[in-house]
This record gives sequence, structure tokens and C-alpha cells, in this order.
Amino acid sequence: MSTQQQEQPDTQEAPADPEMKGAESPQQERLEKKEQGLAEAESVDESDVEGESVHLKVFRYDPEVSGKQEPRFDEFHVPFEKGMTVLDALIFARDEFDSSLTFRHSCRQAICGSDAFFINGSQRLGCKTQISALQQPIRVEPLPHQEVVKDLVVDMDHFYDQMHAVEPYFQQEDLPEGELEEQRQDRENREKVKMSTRCIWCGACMSSCNIAAGDNQYLGPAAINKAYKFAMDEREDEEIKEHRLRILEQEHGVWRCQTQFSCTEVCPKDIPLTEHIQELKREAVKKNLKFW
Amino acid sequence: MSQSYNRGLIEDFGRWKEFSAGMWAWIFHKFTGWMLIGYLFTHIAVLSTAIGAANGQMMMVGGEEVNVFTGTIQGLEGLFIVRVLEVGLLAVAVFHILNGVRLLMVDLGIGLESQDKSFYASLILTGAITVASVPTFLSGVGF
Repeated sequence: MSTQQQEQPDTQEAPADPEMKGAESPQQERLEKKEQGLAEAESVDESDVEGESVHLKVFRYDPEVSGKQEPRFDEFHVPFEKGMTVLDALIFARDEFDSSLTFRHSCRQAICGSDAFFINGSQRLGCKTQISALQQPIRVEPLPHQEVVKDLVVDMDHFYDQMHAVEPYFQQEDLPEGELEEQRQDRENREKVKMSTRCIWCGACMSSCNIAAGDNQYLGPAAINKAYKFAMDEREDEEIKEHRLRILEQEHGVWRCQTQFSCTEVCPKDIPLTEHIQELKREAVKKNLKFW
Repeated sequence: MSQSYNRGLIEDFGRWKEFSAGMWAWIFHKFTGWMLIGYLFTHIAVLSTAIGAANGQMMMVGGEEVNVFTGTIQGLEGLFIVRVLEVGLLAVAVFHILNGVRLLMVDLGIGLESQDKSFYASLILTGAITVASVPTFLSGVGF
């Protein structure tokens, strides 16, 4: 269809200036086409978007104001823009409509891990979730299984405690000789732990985990994933790995996982959490099973 | 500050429409597991009539005298509801076996990226086997 449209101006111009045609017309054609394309794109955008608004239903709770201690849902109608995320809509609602609306956010590019919410029934990052991909009205709630401090802000202390419980730091004692010598990791090993290093501590996995909801002592997917990163790191000695597995194979460690894949499903960084937990289970079995 | 609000379990059964494949697999596996344990007890109860049969206890079924064990089983098999329950038992057992195999694969780390597909496959296979078994189980009673 587009080629036909281009031919028409050509035939009109051709009798008026046949010599110039060869020199300029391809570039002109391209420019014209580009302008047309841009104009079309803009007009499409405007006609699509004008008057369109986003219907948000946001969980509200404020323990400090007597009238707001009863949790409720507030509705906001935010003008839609192309590429708008849930976080953008929340920021608009806070800036324009209700400055008391409270939620955590920082980098807006899915790397700080501050804005994990319960959006339309699953744990997602507000800044990574496109409004156009969601059904309206969009229900935004704080993460489940964590206590709500205010509006969409939840208490993350327990999550951080679990993360620290697996000793998430490099513990190699024997350092290489020489002042400038580095502790090098080979490429294969780095590739093995690659996905586990992506964790941004947003807490979405922990919140989605059915087991973590019922068992407060369960380490949770994020912490086990953290432990996986260090346990699988070959630069640490075998004894340290054994020490790490001893932490993980306790009653509330890896064996609580019932492979529901909830965490893997919600992880905004696509970390194969269940796979990592299963691998640690196998490591724990291998450590304890001795056939000699 | 420091006062916070515990919403309790948010993802209760009221949100069942939002459950993912892995969640359903877990729920069905638990459910079928308990069903099989329940069946185990009725199974033992029925089989234990063999003790009476060994002691020479007799009973009447359809006008003829048979031993207690045979009589109990024939009496139960003659009931339509028991035949239907047997079809249900087969469905429960088949799903538990197939999903058990799926969980074994998950434990071994094989095909983790297609765990949802294997769940759907085990559901479909369970359905097919159950439907195919209906004529066998209901012969002489319903059909």
C-alpha cells in the first residue's frame, strides 16, 4: 500500500521537472515519507490517547490520622500518556490530587527495588509495569504478607533480616599472594551465578511465597538466592561452602520450598529462583549422602 | 509511627482466579494426597473382612450364602455410587502419580522452564485416562 502512495506524487512531479527527478527525488521521497510517518504516528497517538484516563484503585491506610485508620481504597483518574507505568500514574496522582499518598520509589528504572507493589493481584515493580498491559481499574496494594506502615509502604525489616541471615558477603580467608593480585573468577563460574546476582531486594518473591507467609522463619526465595550466589562461587573454600549449606539445610531453609514457582513467576529481574533453590537442595543432599 | 497494620493472608482462596499453574499443581497434589490417605483407610477396612472370612463367617448376598469377604466386596461393587467413586479414585491416583513424576523432574532440575506445561499435560492426561476408564468401571451397573 505504501509504495502506491509514493508513486502518485512521482507521476505528478515528473512532467514538471524531469531532470531533477533522478538527483533529488529518492531523498525527498524518504523525507516526505518520514514526515508523513511522523505525522501519522502523532495523529494516531493523539486520537488514541486524548481523553483516555487511567483508573487507579489505591489501598490507603494511615495509622496517625484517626479518620484514616480504617483501610480503604481511593480511586484516581490519571490522564494516560504513551509508555506510562503504574509508578508514573501513582506519582501523578500524588503530585496532582493527593499529596498524602505514600509509596516508596527512587530510580524509576527497575534497579533500586523500592517500588514493588501488589498490582492487579500479583507482585510487580511499579516502574516496570506498563499501564497498557493491565486491565482497568488497576488495583494497587502494598505487598501481601508484610505489615503496612502507611498506604503502599510495607515494613521490610523481616525481609532484610532474612537476607542478612545467610551471610551475604564473600568470606574467603586465603587471599592470593602479591599486593596487586586479584581474586579472579573464571568465566564459566561467573556465568553460573550470573542470574542470581541480579537480585534488587525488592521483596516481591518473598511476598508471593505461600510458605513464607505461613512460616515466618523461612529464609525465603531472595535470601536463598543470595546464598546460592556465594555457595556456587568457586573462589570460596570448600569449608565455607559447607558452612553455607549448613545454614541452608536447617528446618526453615531450602526444604521449606514446595516448588510452587510463585517467586520465579513474579521476579521482576527474571531470576530462576526455584531452580536455584532446587540446586541447593541437591547440593545439601550430596553433602550429607556418603556412599563410602 | 511504629504502629502498623497486618492485613493477614491476602492471597486466600478468594483470589483463586489469579493462581498460577505451579500453585494449582501444589493445591491439587495436596488434595489428591489426602484423598489417597483417606482411601487407604477404607481399603484396609474392606480388606479386614478377610479375617472374618478366614474364621468361617458367612453372609447372604442375592439369595446365596458366601463368605464375608466376598460378600462385602460384591455388595460394594453392586452399588452405583461405589463405581462412581472408583472412577474418582482413579482420577485422583493418576493425577497424583503424574504430578509426582513432574515434581521428581523439578527436584532433579530437569525442564524447569516448562513446569507449567507439564502440569497442564498431567491434567489433560488424567482427564483422558479417567474418561477412558469409565466403561470399565461402570460395566454391569450403569451401562
